[in-house]
Amino acid sequence: MATENSSMDEILKRFPQIKRNALIPLLQAVQDEFGYISEEAIARIGSHLSLPTSKVYGLATFYNQFSFSPRGVYHISLCNGSACHLGGSGDLFSELTKLLEIRDGETTRDGLFSLEVQSCIGACGQPPVMAINDTYFSGVGVKEVRDIIKQYREDAT
Amino acid sequence: MGIRLEVNGRAIEAVKGETVLTALNRNGMHVPTICNLKDLSPSGACRMCVVEVKGLETLVPACSFPIEEPMTILTHSPRVLRARKTNVELLLSNHPDDCLYCERSGSCELQSLSEDLNIRERRIPGKKSPHKMDKSSPAIVRDPAKCILCGRCVRICEEIMSTSCLDFAHRGNELCISTTLSKPLNFSNCTSCGQCLISCPTGALIEHVQFPELDAHIHEPEKIVVAQFTPAVAVSVAEQLGYKPGTNLSGIITAVLRRYGFDHVLETSFGAEMMMMEQVEIYKKRAAEGNGLLLMTSSCPSWVQFVEQSYPELIPILSTLKSPQQILGALIKEWYPKQPGNENKEIVSVVITSCTAAKTEARRVEMSKSGIPVIDLVLTTRELARLIKLSGLDLDRLEPEQPDAPFYSPGSAGKLCGVAGGEIEATVRTLYSNLTGRELPPAKLHRFRIHKSFREMVIEVGDREVIMGTVSGLSNAVALLKEIKNGKRKVDLLEVMACPDGCVNGGGQPLPVDEKVLRNRSKAVYDLDNGSKLHTAHQSPSIQKIYNEVLGEPGGEKSQELLFTTFKKREVLL
Amino acid sequence: MLPDKEFILKLARSAPTELSPEDQERSDLLKKVSLLRPLVMVNCSTSGVVAGAKQTWEAIENYVSDRSIDIDLAETGSIGLSSEEPVVSVQLPGRTRLFFSKVTADRVPNMLDDLFHHVVPDQKLIGQLRQSGHEPWSDLPYLDEIPFFALQNRIVMGDCGIIDPFSMGEYIVGGGYKAFLQTIRSLTISEVCDLVVASGLRGRSGGGFATGLKWKAAFNTPSDQKYLICNAEESDPGAFMDRNLMEGNPFLLLEGISIAAYAIGSNRAYIYIRSEYKDAIRKIKNAILQLRESGLLGDNIMDSGYNLQISLRKGPGAFVCGEETALIASLEGKRGMPSSKPPYPSTSGYLGRPTVVNNVETLSNLPAIIRNGPQWFNGIGPEGCPGTKIFSISGRVRISGLVEVPMGTTFNTIVNEIAGGVETGRELKALHVGGPAGCMVPAEMMDVPVSFESLKSNELVMGSGGILVMDDKTCVVNTVKYFMDYVDKQSCGKCIPCREGTRRMAEILRSIIRKSTDEEGHTTLELFKGVMQLESLAEVMKDTSLCGLGQNAPNPVLSSLKYFRHEYEEHIFDRKCNSNTCTELRSWFIDVDMCTGCSICAKRCPTEAIIGTARHPYFIVQQKCIGCGICYEVCKFTAVYYK
Repeated sequence: MATENSSMDEILKRFPQIKRNALIPLLQAVQDEFGYISEEAIARIGSHLSLPTSKVYGLATFYNQFSFSPRGVYHISLCNGSACHLGGSGDLFSELTKLLEIRDGETTRDGLFSLEVQSCIGACGQPPVMAINDTYFSGVGVKEVRDIIKQYREDAT
Repeated sequence: MGIRLEVNGRAIEAVKGETVLTALNRNGMHVPTICNLKDLSPSGACRMCVVEVKGLETLVPACSFPIEEPMTILTHSPRVLRARKTNVELLLSNHPDDCLYCERSGSCELQSLSEDLNIRERRIPGKKSPHKMDKSSPAIVRDPAKCILCGRCVRICEEIMSTSCLDFAHRGNELCISTTLSKPLNFSNCTSCGQCLISCPTGALIEHVQFPELDAHIHEPEKIVVAQFTPAVAVSVAEQLGYKPGTNLSGIITAVLRRYGFDHVLETSFGAEMMMMEQVEIYKKRAAEGNGLLLMTSSCPSWVQFVEQSYPELIPILSTLKSPQQILGALIKEWYPKQPGNENKEIVSVVITSCTAAKTEARRVEMSKSGIPVIDLVLTTRELARLIKLSGLDLDRLEPEQPDAPFYSPGSAGKLCGVAGGEIEATVRTLYSNLTGRELPPAKLHRFRIHKSFREMVIEVGDREVIMGTVSGLSNAVALLKEIKNGKRKVDLLEVMACPDGCVNGGGQPLPVDEKVLRNRSKAVYDLDNGSKLHTAHQSPSIQKIYNEVLGEPGGEKSQELLFTTFKKREVLL
Repeated sequence: MLPDKEFILKLARSAPTELSPEDQERSDLLKKVSLLRPLVMVNCSTSGVVAGAKQTWEAIENYVSDRSIDIDLAETGSIGLSSEEPVVSVQLPGRTRLFFSKVTADRVPNMLDDLFHHVVPDQKLIGQLRQSGHEPWSDLPYLDEIPFFALQNRIVMGDCGIIDPFSMGEYIVGGGYKAFLQTIRSLTISEVCDLVVASGLRGRSGGGFATGLKWKAAFNTPSDQKYLICNAEESDPGAFMDRNLMEGNPFLLLEGISIAAYAIGSNRAYIYIRSEYKDAIRKIKNAILQLRESGLLGDNIMDSGYNLQISLRKGPGAFVCGEETALIASLEGKRGMPSSKPPYPSTSGYLGRPTVVNNVETLSNLPAIIRNGPQWFNGIGPEGCPGTKIFSISGRVRISGLVEVPMGTTFNTIVNEIAGGVETGRELKALHVGGPAGCMVPAEMMDVPVSFESLKSNELVMGSGGILVMDDKTCVVNTVKYFMDYVDKQSCGKCIPCREGTRRMAEILRSIIRKSTDEEGHTTLELFKGVMQLESLAEVMKDTSLCGLGQNAPNPVLSSLKYFRHEYEEHIFDRKCNSNTCTELRSWFIDVDMCTGCSICAKRCPTEAIIGTARHPYFIVQQKCIGCGICYEVCKFTAVYYK
């Protein structure tokens, strides 16, 4: 907690001006640092920018980038573009929700995987596209996805 | 600069730069609105006010479309009506079907819109969004299922009340009105003022209805049920009973309540007059020790909670008195048990008020004795109207009755507390007399009656000038305090009312409310005072009697025990 | 090495042939006209990385370090052949550059073995770049000869995939920043606006509003501060032209922004870019840094007296923030909810000041327009709609990628001649143009020329230029439902028609592709009523929605109902999906020859629709089957099939 607080202090120092238009960059810095926006973070951001916390929360829930619970060790982003849709991203999504037993935006109970359906990133050349942290997989089918998840699970133990 | 518009075939004059809606309203032409709030910038969200403008491809919202050149407008063409009807039907497709059981049935704006647009069937089927009611707050119940997302509550809470405990959250069809992190309302910085409730067009925000709980008490022989009602209630409940707004029903209410089964009926104005007596002593003590802003009133529970949460550094400047209803409540629980025949009886104390914050106030630890709340039940004006209708009594056949002794003051000082500026006006009468020995003619203080959010007067007391002020609406109060802090303004004694225009505009008042209704209510209160023969608290024989027989002196030990309270900083997510 | 101020000014002022020998040599090196060692460029932008470009890069690094070969290994952008990534180009000193497709890590060793022995690998060669002063490779096609490139006019995208996006020097020696310096040194603000008005440039994000007129509105509004905002919030599914421009040639965009900012009298510009576009962000950040260090951004640029600051803002992710008033709200630290227009941002936008929001592609056109003059631009494409447009093509098409063609080119040329058309054995059914705000173009309308006016007269829209190719095995209703679901999720929720309307329309579309669970047969009637309601809701949504998202959300539905009503009817009346896409409308059967009677499927069936006795073939009761396909998944004997 102490380290979290001091990281929070560092982040707030980067935004010395008390202006409303610093809210999104500040939230982004917190999201990048901690992986999610906590209640304490909301309270500190609100107090730093002299904004009601309801506004901070209201803004954070509007955008895709911010989450309120920690992401998994392996964060799976599934592209939801039109070409990927035609390429079978729907089947991949069903498979992933079945394998991991979580829904879009959730994290597995063991904290290993989290799932997010992302807006089209425009890599429409080889659909469907999936990313696990910074590693991309393109043109994968249901069977490959099963193997990939299995591999990641084995690597984690 | 004048611009000519042709609206529905009629020529009207408009001012360049103003919105179409302003021009229409000024000329007596109306279009329905939901999200529009008077005096606040237009949102353009609900699309109810759309009108057809010749030459423009789509319909335009009248509330936010500026007039730059002559236009031909149709406000009720078939195209416009079809659009309005479909949009309301879309709202209804995601709205619960329980008009019959809804608290707002009869005063719901969605209901009247549907009727006006002749919606007679559920044409658009579909799944409704799942929502949970929030019943955590003692004062206000949120039912997001009925919320039509007009955003009025958000804007009022932010711009008029500087509290901002609610905001829009999420997006698209997950859009909802929420507190920070969707916490229950009683965990947020809500002060229960109820202004959101007053502005809500549907039953998404209602008070925590408590009057069914009366049944457990009202006809019990072992219980003595004592009611007190506030002056704002007296001049407002008439609206829900078929009378003209501003009809004063004080004596009739007393009669009704007695017949309903209350053992004793009192008026909160008595407690207000006690408060004024004590307030004067507090002020005198502080004036002897310091200067600057010495005293801010603590009679408004919403204001007090606001200070405790958001400006705890100002707590030392707050008065240390309870609110009028709590003062009277304390006296009730002190006096009635000691009366002959009441030895083994339970005293149940009920407040009927225009104030929703009073419901939260009654649950404060400081407002209980040995763990039991001093006030057992708080009912709003609206709940009183229900009660009266339930009783079946014909009000026209009742004669006005007086409240019970000894807590009945025939004067009007306490009654002035119903409006913003009234408490300080009446307090100053006693303060002046106390400090100078002379009586101030009431008309001299009518500066507190001008219709502005901040009113002030300078009173010369001996060789001192005392600046009295009154402000209503929390945002106005915040702005004023900032000016005082920056030295731009000087006030010595300040009355603060959370609700704009004071208790007549409280969260528990009859709906709908508009400027005309508020003016009538305020006027009724002023008429009471103008027509009274006794204008001060200190000259009231019953007030003097209470001090002589029960309390001793203002500020004395007994007063401290019963009528005083403490405030402290409260940690909430602001 | 950053070119210094004097070198830049020299290049900007003089024609290429007027340089001193030292400067010419410096210029040639930067432009990669003369190479000291072999140059290998890998497309490490998003389209490349997704296909495995990072691994390719490592493989190349390992190859050359193992053999102690000295090369220049550089990143580049994408030339637009998305389905052929990772694309690697190799230029040996003195020879023309060769481009190869699908160079995965495993192919690197053999390919480089051949190339460093001056042998051209025969597989996956795209072509050679036409470069004067370089010896061409014999019998190899030039890039500009192959159909994909031959029919394009790449005035904006030309350098993407060719130049190093991290090299400001390369951009400048290629003619970059000449236009900007010319603008701030010799043109008044008013002249720039007039020039752009004369060019006829229109917004490339879909609106098609005359850029010059937008600028003039801001220019004519007096204010102490004006803002130029580059809209790089490209969340349209299937649209990636802006991303490609930013990843391939960030300096071009920045030069365009600088010109636009000058033209409206602003010294403060913002780029609002999707936070998911990490590669583009890193390249633009780098570009801004280099420009600042060399004096092409900042105070008193190149002694002209003009100050300009460009800042990057990462959009936290909302499709609706592509709408200009929502974007401005987001920049101001608020929820990205659009507001009513008028007032328009040009008169009152960011922080209440005059603000111009321009699209990436629009801004990237500006340097060429200034350099070559408005008449040149006017001469490309039809009257009233000059210039080119970049289209992103994806879906059931041979080549997915980015295509830049003059306005007025037909869909036929774009999809069939340039992108190769649909796969063999399939037929083109329709194009979905413009993403969620777009429309269906049926096969019989492929000869419609693509320009704002001609599309409008055919009741079609261009949108941001994303083209999704649909063949005979693609279900129109499913595609429309996909787009409506997308809008439903992305709607900001502020106004009733969009928030509730898209929800209901998505529900109706979902019900159409679902299996009927109503035994009494009323479902068909309900669905039919649903389709009628789609049309009436669509009209009200178009008429009353607050912003473009809601107003255009019904477009896919309306256009598909116009041209593919029969598909809706098949789904509703026949309860069939002829393209076999709508899984719930599939009919499942058990092959009696394959079934062993193990009964697992019957146990797992959620509606108990499978009956039979152990060790005998089982049977699926069609009326109870909801089409979930669980029986297909659990069957170990592949006895379950669908028709």
